[in-house]
Amino acid sequence: MRNARHHLWKGLPVGAVAALSGCANLTVLNPRGQVGSEEKTLILTAAILMLLVVVPVIVLTVVFALRYRASNTKAKFTPEWSHSKRIETVIWLVPLAIITTLGILTWISTHKLDPYRPLAASGTPVTIEAISLDWKWLFIYPDERIASVNEIAFPTNVPINFQITSDTVMNSFFIPQLGSQIYSMAGMRTQLHLISDAPGTYAGLSSNFSGQGFSNMRFSAISTSEEQFEDWVSKARQSPDKLDLDAFEALEKPSEDVPVQYFSDVTPHLFEDVIAKYMTGAGSMQMTGQVGAQASN
Amino acid sequence: MSSYSARIEEHEHDDVTSVRVFGFWIYIMSDCILFASLFATYAVLHNNFAGGPTGRDLFELPGVLVETFCLLISSFTYGLAMLARNRGSKSGVIGCLAVTFVLGASFVGLEVTEFHKLILAGHGPQQSAFLSSFFTLVSTHGLHVTCGLIWMVVLTAQIAKKGLTVATSTRMMCLSLFWHFLDIVWICVFTIVYLMGAM
Amino acid sequence: MLGKLTLSQIPYTNPIIMGAFGFMILAVVALFALITFLHKWKWLWYEWLTSVDHKKIGVMYIIVALVMGLRGFADVVMMRSQLALSFGSSQGYLPPEHYDQVFSAHGVIMIFFMAMPFLIGLINIAVPLQIGARDVAFPFMNSVSFWLFVVGVILVNLSLAIGEFAQTGWVAYPPLSELNYSPGVGVDYYIWSLEIAGVGTLLTGINFFVTIIRMRAPGMKLMQMPVFTWAALCTMVLIIAAFPILTVVLALLSLDRYLGMHFFTNTLGGNAMMYVNLFWAWGHPEVYILVLPAFGIFSEVIATFTGKRLFGYTSMIYATVVITVLSFLVWLHHFFTMGSGADVNAFFSLTTMVIAIPTGVKIFNWLFTIYRGRLRFTTPVLWTLAFMVTFTIGGMSGVMLSLPGADYVLHNSQFLIAHFHNTIIGGTVFGAFAGFAYWFPKAYGFKLNEKLGKRAFWCWFVGFYLTFVPLYILGFMGMTRRVNHYDNPTWHPLLIVAAAGVFLTLIGILLQVTQVVVSFLQRKQNLDLTGDPWDGRTLEWSTSSPPPSYNFATIPVVTGRDAFWEMKHNGAVNHRPTEYRSIHMPKNTGAGVFIGLFNLALGFALIWHIWWLAILGLLGIVVTLILRTSSDNIHYYVPAEDVARIENERAERLAR
Repeated sequence: MRNARHHLWKGLPVGAVAALSGCANLTVLNPRGQVGSEEKTLILTAAILMLLVVVPVIVLTVVFALRYRASNTKAKFTPEWSHSKRIETVIWLVPLAIITTLGILTWISTHKLDPYRPLAASGTPVTIEAISLDWKWLFIYPDERIASVNEIAFPTNVPINFQITSDTVMNSFFIPQLGSQIYSMAGMRTQLHLISDAPGTYAGLSSNFSGQGFSNMRFSAISTSEEQFEDWVSKARQSPDKLDLDAFEALEKPSEDVPVQYFSDVTPHLFEDVIAKYMTGAGSMQMTGQVGAQASN
Repeated sequence: MSSYSARIEEHEHDDVTSVRVFGFWIYIMSDCILFASLFATYAVLHNNFAGGPTGRDLFELPGVLVETFCLLISSFTYGLAMLARNRGSKSGVIGCLAVTFVLGASFVGLEVTEFHKLILAGHGPQQSAFLSSFFTLVSTHGLHVTCGLIWMVVLTAQIAKKGLTVATSTRMMCLSLFWHFLDIVWICVFTIVYLMGAM
Repeated sequence: MLGKLTLSQIPYTNPIIMGAFGFMILAVVALFALITFLHKWKWLWYEWLTSVDHKKIGVMYIIVALVMGLRGFADVVMMRSQLALSFGSSQGYLPPEHYDQVFSAHGVIMIFFMAMPFLIGLINIAVPLQIGARDVAFPFMNSVSFWLFVVGVILVNLSLAIGEFAQTGWVAYPPLSELNYSPGVGVDYYIWSLEIAGVGTLLTGINFFVTIIRMRAPGMKLMQMPVFTWAALCTMVLIIAAFPILTVVLALLSLDRYLGMHFFTNTLGGNAMMYVNLFWAWGHPEVYILVLPAFGIFSEVIATFTGKRLFGYTSMIYATVVITVLSFLVWLHHFFTMGSGADVNAFFSLTTMVIAIPTGVKIFNWLFTIYRGRLRFTTPVLWTLAFMVTFTIGGMSGVMLSLPGADYVLHNSQFLIAHFHNTIIGGTVFGAFAGFAYWFPKAYGFKLNEKLGKRAFWCWFVGFYLTFVPLYILGFMGMTRRVNHYDNPTWHPLLIVAAAGVFLTLIGILLQVTQVVVSFLQRKQNLDLTGDPWDGRTLEWSTSSPPPSYNFATIPVVTGRDAFWEMKHNGAVNHRPTEYRSIHMPKNTGAGVFIGLFNLALGFALIWHIWWLAILGLLGIVVTLILRTSSDNIHYYVPAEDVARIENERAERLAR
């Protein structure tokens, strides 16, 4: 058994060093927004609650195994003892109590953190429509009538209302430091409400495997002041490219590691058209914006 | 062989029959889940016409009703075959199985004709998710019936050759379970797919 | 003539694939040469390949599972080294189209062709013996099950060099797995290898369910069955109820791909999320198919090596049954991020968490079995203790993932990878190794080398944590699964640590291989003459090691739990009857092998669209089955004299 302890202790420093070196980079536990913060609290609360039973179990396993080893003939030995109402009641009740607590926590947090639930914060929300393509993200700002590839910007402390769909296979829209992710699926519209509370550039990605270019399907999410956000919008508006059906068809073609791109104008209801084309039939973009608008109404 | 070991053997055969039938029951339970999954799929997709025709446009109930009666009567004639088996009448069994086979084959024939007509009219399973799930559910049942028919032919040949042995009459019991089970599944298909679809 | 199959489908320009395949071919040729050289073909055919003996089938399952484990681990080495290398400007050595096949194959192989057959092998060896039966309910069907599993194995390995394997992940979600996004044969290999092996598994489920319900020794009530048998029974219920769903979902995907239907396509009304739902309606019970038998193994091991009755047998059984039922009510937790409403997510989250209660009870039961016992630190015990610690941690991370709020940030991350390896390695793999060491003497008649076994254990144990603790941390650092290249410098050191962990595990595996070889060479010193090397409690230890083909000369009569333990204490062991009777046994048959071969032809033909071969394969299966059912010559009697001779020889050995 000396052997056992020796090895157990050897594993610890490695883990500790690895943990420490990564601490500042634990992006999920280092959130920059209300949703992410609440999720971090939830993770830590659940972890602590469970450690209440996990730590004793691990300690007891080691202690019992050592104490009741065969060579220790001083320890009590009761080969026929296999039942104790008291112990069995306790071992059902302890997990039950923890799971009940966690269950209540779950019910409340799941409703509170529902990605579809608009966030209660001041300021008019920014709406961003996100379309996953092979293998890049297209973002449309319907109110500003601009679009971008692989980059979004939004004002700090203003709720962002993401409308998400896919023009290819399933992806998952995710900005780890801001919180929740949600799938993007062709012919369907999913929603996500996020907010950031500190300016910065955060990594965004697809977290659902979507094929060859998946690893590089990343984007930047820039949280910034109102003024700088306006600057970003006007930068996009100055782009020579316009996102009409032809430009969209060109963009749809599979490509990898795509650089950031801006579009100064967007065909109206493009997002709705992308959803609608899978709803009705052959999957080609033939309808005009108006038909799409009707489909989405 | 001594009378003792003969008795043992008889006992073992009894046991073998009941274990086999029990095993076949369990297989039917798993087949139930297979059909349940297909029904669930149909339930999810049955309104996804994708601009194509609906059940009301396609289903011709009189034809389906004839199919249904073929299958129901074949279940009855299979029951007669089982009665003949219990009487030990080999010719009765073979006769009843032959009638059952004809009825079952007519069912499959009618189904194939219906599918053929639909596909010729351009309403094949490729047209919409609704038609995919319709064709798959109904033809999975049809495929089961076809397997049952092949089994019936083989079994009839075995009975003709060997008579009503423990092995053949155990198989008759299993096929009986299978045949009645397919009847029940068809009633669900008829109600959920055809009646509810045509209404 | 050959469908889609042309020479250009063979990736002979890829040195890695060709090297691996060349190695495989060499290994097979060497094996064949060895068998020929030793004149063992006849022996192999008559004694093993055509055998319907559950013990031999079990051994064959485990051998194939171990070989596939090595193949799956080779994938691990490739993935981990790729990720240790492919940082920043370096792209590593595996381009996406290759890397994506590697991780898809790894998942499929480890779940379907390593973990599950390993456990089914152990169930084959132990369960009929534990219930005092002479064979399973349907011995021929057992052989068919095995050969269908082998067909799946062969198809997956063929995909290495002939064509490609799926590049979709082991779940093969559409629309990615549909024809427009995966036009190659990779997904077809995936579909048919799983479809064929899956039918085999379903047959195993029916077979062992009936065996356990109907073939128990007289007197053995349900609540007196060994815990492993109970676990196997619940596993079979899961198989019977879950595998038809897999059959359907793969069939529907194949209809989309082969006949242009629209079940899961983006267009014409297809619904990809239905695949995801159906897949996990099978997939979550599958998780318990993998872990319940392991729970059973740990229960046997811990009771045997503490020399003490299992604590809380009744609550253990109820816990197992509750898990079995609940496992069908949790599937949606695999996709909380699909956008279902909060009520739906919360419901599935709660059902998931409830499973933690019976699982927790089990852990406590094992704990209190050790309490006031006399624990002998053998290799199976080390695996069990490691399991208790590791699985508890895996359970904890599992409950965390079951909280939708937490899952929204941890879904599809490296945290998830760490979690399910934590439970599948910590539960299933450790359990399989414990069971391997525990029942090895029963199957082969000699014990494994303990020293090498323990060294292998420590390499595995430390290697496991070294690999997966970094992945937990990487999950919190926002690293998703299935990436093959990254630019984030903070991930790099952790991925190097994880690769080091894999290296340590590799040493563990090499030690295990050495252990088997050394144990075989030293088998004379470690012979198990008594049939009861561990002072066991259940009936499998009451017969010789290895058991005779008929298992028990006289069927034992059971009066309580731990039947053999009771016999030993009542002095009822080795009471030999005055007269033996001849025993009715099933004959070996090659029909299972032929059905397998025709299925292989069918599967291969379907993958490559070689329609004439497909029809031939199908016809072959049907004709073989008809011929088999028409044969009356399928049983034989072991004459009473032979039984007496075998039993007397054993008694002499025991007396020595």
